Amino acid sequence: MERIQEKLAILADAAKYDASCASSGSNRKNTTKGLGNAHPGMGICHSYTADGRCVSLLKILLTNVCIYDCAYCVSRKSNDIKRAAFTVQEVVDLTINFYRRNYIEGLFLSSGIFKDPDYTMERLVRVAKKLRTEHNFNGYIHLKAIPGASDDLMREAGLYADRLSVNLELPTDAGLKLLAPEKSRPAMIQPIQFLKNEIIRLDDERKVLKKVPTFVPAGQSTQVIVGAAGESDMEIMHLASRFYRQFALKRVYYSGYVPISSDNRLPGLHSQVPLLRENRLYQADWLMRFYGFEPQELLNDTHPNLDTDIDPKLSWALRNLDSFPVDINKADKMLIARVPGIGMESLRKICAARMHGPLGWDQLKLMGVQLNKAKYFITCKAGALERRDLTSEQIRQQLLAQSHSKWVKAHSPQLQLF
Amino acid sequence: MTTWLYDGSFDGFLSAVFDLYWQKKTDVVIRKEQDHVKGLFENVIFMPTITANADRVWAGLTKKLTEAVLQQLFCCYLSELPGEEDNMVGFIRHVFASEQDVSGDFGNKYVLHVTQLSRKVHREKHRMEAFVRFQLTKDNIYYSLVSPDYNVLPLIARHFKERYADQYWIIYDERRRFGIYYNLDKVETIRLQFNADYDPHYHTTGNVWAPEEELYQRLWNTYFKEANIVSRRNPRLQLQHMPRRYWKYLTEMRLG
Repeated sequence: MERIQEKLAILADAAKYDASCASSGSNRKNTTKGLGNAHPGMGICHSYTADGRCVSLLKILLTNVCIYDCAYCVSRKSNDIKRAAFTVQEVVDLTINFYRRNYIEGLFLSSGIFKDPDYTMERLVRVAKKLRTEHNFNGYIHLKAIPGASDDLMREAGLYADRLSVNLELPTDAGLKLLAPEKSRPAMIQPIQFLKNEIIRLDDERKVLKKVPTFVPAGQSTQVIVGAAGESDMEIMHLASRFYRQFALKRVYYSGYVPISSDNRLPGLHSQVPLLRENRLYQADWLMRFYGFEPQELLNDTHPNLDTDIDPKLSWALRNLDSFPVDINKADKMLIARVPGIGMESLRKICAARMHGPLGWDQLKLMGVQLNKAKYFITCKAGALERRDLTSEQIRQQLLAQSHSKWVKAHSPQLQLF
Repeated sequence: MTTWLYDGSFDGFLSAVFDLYWQKKTDVVIRKEQDHVKGLFENVIFMPTITANADRVWAGLTKKLTEAVLQQLFCCYLSELPGEEDNMVGFIRHVFASEQDVSGDFGNKYVLHVTQLSRKVHREKHRMEAFVRFQLTKDNIYYSLVSPDYNVLPLIARHFKERYADQYWIIYDERRRFGIYYNLDKVETIRLQFNADYDPHYHTTGNVWAPEEELYQRLWNTYFKEANIVSRRNPRLQLQHMPRRYWKYLTEMRLG
């Protein structure tokens, strides 16, 4: 095997635990007949690996050499693994040649911390700069912002990258102290704060000046590890909500902890990846960002964890039956958004269509509403479909009896004979 | 009931729609000449394409619909589904019969149908933007084979032209036997003549490919293998996003 292939194997393997795969939200137009176009900012997933995750960017580390020893990380200093490092030119060549063959949308470059934060960040920036200035590359570039790197380097990174991200890693400070004692929350927040301020400053300048360079057009994101340090869903979602608000993050990623170490501070090597929990967290995240839910409505001291049997919207609706039923033909859009079984697409259709005439059950079904869930919570032209006064528990049981959760089959601990 | 046949072009269809109105016909179905099998007592007439008439129908639609909705109607044509003309005619009649803009009237079955079918066509367009895999030939042309469910090459040309503005490329639809070729200036429709010994599937060996092509395919396959997390195995989800019929054109799935 050639050395470049071996390096790629090592440094792709080490980078894959970063869940971010977004390639959307940028607006870098190919105006100079160069290579690549991130306009109009729509993401593309080019392939899917056997774990069902999408491949959109060439996601690699510049090196897996690291001075830190975080317990949850494969590249931690004390781990006895093969180490490798790409040269700047190697990363550039891989990116350009993969991109030209339509394998990828761009590059997601991260790195272990070698020597010090500035030294590492400077290398990351150099790759992005070379792609943009020497190769006229307009594809998507996501760089890791290394906490502790200088403001000048951060600013330069922002000029070439579409997205920058700092991972919060563990949702609680206690978890951070336990598993990554060398890292501190304030040090992680500092670059996020700096970048947010720069984005705002340049947006303001853009209003009065003509030529202001693009700066991190796809914004910032972050990632938290789920299930490594015994945190509750409430702690995770409240943290996410705070970061969405305070730092205008575009995305928070939830990464179910994949057991990679026998360290006794962590779940054992044979424990399962918490895939269902991760899925429920993403559902709750969507409810907060698009459906107008407050984190306290979904998770609070009485309900610190999401229900695994049913989705978070249904779970909320069953706790708040007094808010229902809503009239599909009259109710406010954001009230209909709260009905289980109605997603954003059917919501859009309902609101457009009801201006032309009142809607009935058949039409709702054709528009894609999941009536088996929604019928308990709505009325329409033909009145209510479910006339009995059911309690939450009865509705829940009825729905569970007819559901065939994909999770039960795929992730049951029970061995299957055939 | 009479059947009108048109030459299969979008203009041919619109031209026939013009005659529906001109001759005040309601008991006519419009079909493509090439897919039509004549019934025993069926009354069949071939309608020649008159571009000026097609243009008049299109201009009428343009007055009542936004660019996006016109594109949706065109997507239904590109779906090439047998008998889809009936839905398109139903939609056009609903548009012309109403005073207001009916494109949001999803309670109407034709409006909902056009939205839903155009979404399917659009999804196939998006898949092609994702699943095209170019191989570099020694003539410096990036070459790719596809066979999309719907005829989406006309929809993807612009995306690839804007993205790969500085390289020659061909995307060839194996099933419909035509392709699009970008010559650094504009995109042209082409038909290729293949040799008798031509292997329709990719081959990494042989003297048509650039010397570095094999290396980058190997590196891509390595990357694809390493990006997988074994303990999260979920082939069902993989198949859902990437159905098996696309695999033979995907570098990473062919050799794996």
